[in-house]
Amino acid sequence: MIDTTTLWIIIIGLGLGSFFLRFVFTGLVGDRAMPDWLLRHLRYTAVAVLPALVAPQVLWPSATGGDPDPARMSAAVVTLTVGLLTKNVLAAMLAGAATLYGMLYLLA
Amino acid sequence: MAFTTAKSAYLKGLADGSPFILVIIPFSLLFGLVAVEAGLSVFETLAFSVVVIAGAAQFTALQLMQENAPTVVILASALAVNLRMAMYSASLTPYIGSAKLWQRALMAYVTVDQSYIVSIAKFEKEPQMTVPQRVAYFFGAVTPVVPLWYAFTLVGALLGAQVPDSWALDFAIPITFLAMIAPMFRTLAHVVAALVAVVVALLAAGVPYSLGLIIAGIAGMMAGARTELWLTQREGAKP
Repeated sequence: MIDTTTLWIIIIGLGLGSFFLRFVFTGLVGDRAMPDWLLRHLRYTAVAVLPALVAPQVLWPSATGGDPDPARMSAAVVTLTVGLLTKNVLAAMLAGAATLYGMLYLLA
Repeated sequence: MAFTTAKSAYLKGLADGSPFILVIIPFSLLFGLVAVEAGLSVFETLAFSVVVIAGAAQFTALQLMQENAPTVVILASALAVNLRMAMYSASLTPYIGSAKLWQRALMAYVTVDQSYIVSIAKFEKEPQMTVPQRVAYFFGAVTPVVPLWYAFTLVGALLGAQVPDSWALDFAIPITFLAMIAPMFRTLAHVVAALVAVVVALLAAGVPYSLGLIIAGIAGMMAGARTELWLTQREGAKP
């Protein structure tokens, strides 16, 4: 069982820490100018961080204990392809979900 | 599309954020279920989601608590998972840095992957947006996400039963992120940034405290910035 005091220390600590991480630049830098080289790097934040977050989950999903899973891998490929072709987030998500459940059903 | 008022920017944000409803509901349900299963009360579970408001970090903390990891390790690991929020904050600053302080504070609290990615894509595409329009758009994009995150955490906690693994809810987040990333590959530099980030993330998968993600993110950002410089120089060298 999780100790109540520990739990609240974690909830509050994580809340404060997460807020600080989200506020550190918008709050402290505000409208002061940032150097060009930094802005040039920041332009690629989303396009670098999100694929880095997703890649290990696609190749080694924790749901299968880290074993590569054909259903999840095909769902990832279909989502990305539909997204690239249509530029439509909703269409890509639905195509990915349909592929995931279709493949899980066929492979079961 | 040009905005005339902050209200129309808010509504556009709302429309652009609404596809995430499909993902937020199962994901927050799952957190509620898993937290109650781990021994948290309904109130503690809801408080966790309201105070921390970060899905992946919450799951990390919960898992480590169940393994009886030291409190400091739990905090460090979960915050490492959330380090990307500092990158998001930095990347939003040029666009919203001059907004009112209370607006920036409130935006910081509701900065999640979904609100960030929808907004930054919009801000880049339409640089003529005014700061109040950007703020309104951001809050629009987050409106379909955050209240549902609270509500369905609560529903999951109240249901309190275990979700069968066959529902494959673990993959809701990867699918959303892939769907969101795809339209962002606008230049070669974006593609290079993503490819480098993926390769480094896979190589660094064993780095403790989820720091592999941060290393990979920084590597991808550097690769993107280098490619951009190189492309500009080559463009300038042309006769």
